[in-house]
Amino acid sequence: MATYSTNEFRSGLKILLDGDPQTIVENEFVKPGKGQAFNRVRVRNLRTGRVLEKTFKSGESVEAADVMDTDMQYLYTDGEFWHFMLPDTFEQYAVGQTALGDSAQWLKEQDICTVTLWNGEPLTVTPPNFVELKIVQCDPGVRGDTAQGGTKPATLETGAVVKVPLFVEEGETVKVDTRSGEYVSRV
Amino acid sequence: MADWRPSATSARAHRARLNALLRAFMAERGVLEVETPVLARGAPLDPGVESWRALAPGGAAGYLQTSPEYPMKRLLASGEGDIYQLARVFRGEEQGGRHNPEFSLLEWYRVGFDDRRLADELVELVQTVAAAHPRWLRPQPEVRRVRFADLFGDAFGLNPLTCSEQDCADVAAQVGLSVAGNLDRDGWLDALVSLVLAPGFEPDRLTLVHDYPESQAVLARPSVEHPGYALRFELYWGDMELANGFHELTDPGVFVSRREQDIERRRRNGQAIPEADRFFALAMHAGLPDCAGVALGVDRLLMRLLGAARIDEVIDFPWGRA
Repeated sequence: MATYSTNEFRSGLKILLDGDPQTIVENEFVKPGKGQAFNRVRVRNLRTGRVLEKTFKSGESVEAADVMDTDMQYLYTDGEFWHFMLPDTFEQYAVGQTALGDSAQWLKEQDICTVTLWNGEPLTVTPPNFVELKIVQCDPGVRGDTAQGGTKPATLETGAVVKVPLFVEEGETVKVDTRSGEYVSRV
Repeated sequence: MADWRPSATSARAHRARLNALLRAFMAERGVLEVETPVLARGAPLDPGVESWRALAPGGAAGYLQTSPEYPMKRLLASGEGDIYQLARVFRGEEQGGRHNPEFSLLEWYRVGFDDRRLADELVELVQTVAAAHPRWLRPQPEVRRVRFADLFGDAFGLNPLTCSEQDCADVAAQVGLSVAGNLDRDGWLDALVSLVLAPGFEPDRLTLVHDYPESQAVLARPSVEHPGYALRFELYWGDMELANGFHELTDPGVFVSRREQDIERRRRNGQAIPEADRFFALAMHAGLPDCAGVALGVDRLLMRLLGAARIDEVIDFPWGRA
């Protein structure tokens, strides 16, 4: 079992804390001139997304979390699970609702996503930074309002709702930034 | 990458100016500048500092100094009077926002001074240099002075000499601090001071903490007035530790018994036990004059004067790129 000592701590390191895989967001070394050294770290729980602060006596070791980012193709959903495939081996993974979280609203079949595996089990899914999706429902634009840069809600083929400019019409395909959930352009 | 480039371009001229001011302050008071070896045959046994080992191609081994304290005290024992040194020192793998393994100390000794008088001179030095440059930040003129026991007792209702590890863990938990790893009482005192109390010090004020528990005395003499405590002080600027000083221990018997305790603590912690400095031990037995000494972190003082957030901003080639 791999372990990391506190002197290997740096941001991005994946460690096992309280039974959950966590990533170090920030690591600060604190030591009085003549005394005990400590590492104060902020960690993000990769399962729950919660960020908290932990203090270690320097020199302590923690277990490494076997966490790996892999590129996988999204295939389909059966309503309960979302199915992904490793393109080079055709190996398939079923991802449940908890691991998928908000990413479900951006998933389009064939798109390549980052699936984070922990001990070989899917932990989180990160959609591509930009996706192109078709508008399945939005109200017609009102002429004359465009000068004010007005927006209206549009429902996309995956179910996501984004704000689009008034000139964009139902049936058109738009490019969206999945990190912010914002409209980028027409395609 | 531009990793070859220096990182302290805007601080460089300020450091040169600060060094000149520190030397001028010492010269005005008749304190003699001295130079002593950076590389020595022995190292301190204090469990709180770790020395770098240096190896010669032929197999000879030595240690890089963690401070110039031992050779400077040998000068004092030989009859030299007030002395100071601007020294480069090296400590373990201390690296972070306020730590670089190699850094600069201004260390000085005053014969006939006690800890209170030397602490006054230290504050005068900081206030004098801070006032010497129009763009440098200055601490509030009034210094906060507090005994360790009062600082600790007022905040937590605990006696630092008698509280248990569990008492410390309990008060830490009340402020949301838990520490992974086993700490003895001194470890907990360090945790509570560094992680809870110092962060609450007034940002632009100098704080002097006096009279540390004897278990943290290092080479400070025991207090007669407050049994169980030693005449050691620390200076903070805001929440940052800047200097550590002692009314120096001169009793060779106490010196020997503390050294035994240090070795015992190192054994318990699983720390390496370096070669002791036998020349320093001989000087302690020959007799150190009544004196007080202090070491001031020059890089950290410069950080505070310039309002720098990270030590990399005042050191051109920090260890990651040295």
